[in-house]
Amino acid sequence: MKISGAQLVIKLLERQGITQIAGLPGGAALPLYDALPGSNIKHVLTRHEQGAGFIAEGMARVSGKAAVCFASSGPGATNLVTAIADAHLDSIPVIAITGQVPSSMLGTDAFQEIDTFGLMAPITKHNWLVRSAEELLEVIPAAFRIATSGRPGPVAIDIPKDVQNQIIEIDEFPAPGEAMPLPQPTLAQLKEMEAMIAKAERPMLMVGAGVIQSNSSEAVVALAEKLNIPAVSTFLGLSVFPHGHELHLGMLGMHGSKGNNIALEECDLLIGAGVRFDDRATGKISEFCPQAAVLHIEIDRSEIGKLKTPTLAVHADVGACIKALLANCEPQQRVEWVSRIKWLNENHGIPLPTKQDLSNPYSLIKTVAEIVGDNTNVHTDVGQHQMWTAQVYPFVRDRQWSSSGGLGTMGYGLPAAIGAALADPDRMALCISGDGSIMMNIQEIDTAVEHNLNVKVVVINNSRLGLVRQQQALFYQENFAAVNNKRTADFALMAQAMGANGFDLGKATDPLAMLTEALNTPGPVLINVPISEDEMVFPMVPPGAANKDLIEERKA
Amino acid sequence: MSDFSQCAILELKVNNHPGVMSHVCGLFARRAFNVEGILCMPMQDKKHSKIWLLVGEDQRLDQLTQQTLKLEDVLEISQHSSSHPVFAQMMEFVE
Repeated sequence: MKISGAQLVIKLLERQGITQIAGLPGGAALPLYDALPGSNIKHVLTRHEQGAGFIAEGMARVSGKAAVCFASSGPGATNLVTAIADAHLDSIPVIAITGQVPSSMLGTDAFQEIDTFGLMAPITKHNWLVRSAEELLEVIPAAFRIATSGRPGPVAIDIPKDVQNQIIEIDEFPAPGEAMPLPQPTLAQLKEMEAMIAKAERPMLMVGAGVIQSNSSEAVVALAEKLNIPAVSTFLGLSVFPHGHELHLGMLGMHGSKGNNIALEECDLLIGAGVRFDDRATGKISEFCPQAAVLHIEIDRSEIGKLKTPTLAVHADVGACIKALLANCEPQQRVEWVSRIKWLNENHGIPLPTKQDLSNPYSLIKTVAEIVGDNTNVHTDVGQHQMWTAQVYPFVRDRQWSSSGGLGTMGYGLPAAIGAALADPDRMALCISGDGSIMMNIQEIDTAVEHNLNVKVVVINNSRLGLVRQQQALFYQENFAAVNNKRTADFALMAQAMGANGFDLGKATDPLAMLTEALNTPGPVLINVPISEDEMVFPMVPPGAANKDLIEERKA
Repeated sequence: MSDFSQCAILELKVNNHPGVMSHVCGLFARRAFNVEGILCMPMQDKKHSKIWLLVGEDQRLDQLTQQTLKLEDVLEISQHSSSHPVFAQMMEFVE
């Protein structure tokens, strides 16, 4: 059959099971967009290409499957870069497909020509500049194979316009790309792990996003229960343990609880399961878990020994390891250690206000969670609101939590929530944001309205870049430089201007009634919630310090 | 500079197509690892190339090797000591 490069791309994406693509067309992507109508793929037009990248991330995080975004050449591609970098740092399988100027014009500084291949190379697992339509037969399946194999991550495919237009003759379509089999633990490694865990008196699990990627959250919780191993979660490993689990001490690191830090100081074995020992989690790494032997189970060989030298390293699928340990290990009690953990949780957890007060961020987040219930996917932007949410949101299942971890990208939340609403339409997509972050991609409310998505945005508004202000307050003698938005926009009105429902709790006579009404209003909703600029995220470990040197509260 | 005693020599077998050099050299550059010398030629089969890298021998070399192995187009890496003659012979063309 005769087929153009652009038609081939769309056909191969359909065969990969792609049903929705977020993107924004332009000159160099016109053939691709010409091939879209009539396909089984629904295109979601965003208002900025960065939104398209984050929508793809949101879809991939909630579904666990690769997701695709489209953009044109030049500014289209550069606008995607932040989202692809975000996916790279958090290991999210996103496939970015960009149009490029015709091959004959490459290297001539043509209109909207930019070195997309060069820009994408450092922020993808792999990327291509496609030289002929025939190459697409290999490249598209390879993109899916690479994005989803081992430790997942983004890939980028740059396709010149003439390649999109090139007609080729093919006999049949290539097989869809699939994830490669994962490395398995050896019997010897399993025995070593079992012995190490059996010997430990005060073991701790540190669970990361690798556990979620390997679909083994339930097995990890079951293993912790069977062997009585307490656990902490990395920022991206939150939602592996259901909230309130008595063995779970919440998120570790810069804004982890004091109890969590004490437990890590005391443990004699640290089991890092699908983690990369990020500096925000470990603090000063030479002082992290000073008494502990380290068992590191990790799918990415290059993470082993990168920052923390393990006592025992197992380069294998964390899911396979955990499930084998669960099947083989004898139950253990560890009565003293477990009661110590309970005591730490009760006495040194995140201190919560005792009565409901919607101008207190913790109380607000808890109340929002109560109103929306468990059938909700939770997103945040980046800042204080993100850390408050990570500290106290009552997660009940994995993949319920979606936030920008490694890159810390303000503007992630709203488009990612749109992606979740598209990929998982039976659940509400909640986005907890701040007045700084929401402004970075607020235009995508218009996209949510166009598709009438169940997206609820709660803007925790202190008219400040709060987390920066907090550091200036604590470490820069209150020299508040460039953190005061002075007058924030009327976010409720902005939402209304784009056709969404907008609420402002600052204008409510009964804030709880308004919050309840807003979160129960169908379609896209934005709720502005004013709070004091003096609210801070505690505890806090000063950047570069050891986790044990955390600041518990602000000294007057 | 003909004293390579503080250096290691890496031999990479890679796929021979555009962009491979860029992926390899970019990786070393962005991880702040200095490359003293580079040699790249297609192999007889034309499908593959050999890249020889002259690099500083420091404790991060294993980490860099692991990162390099993750590149899709890098098929094999082997490490040689600084006494390997490949770059010594090249010196003739740079001095």
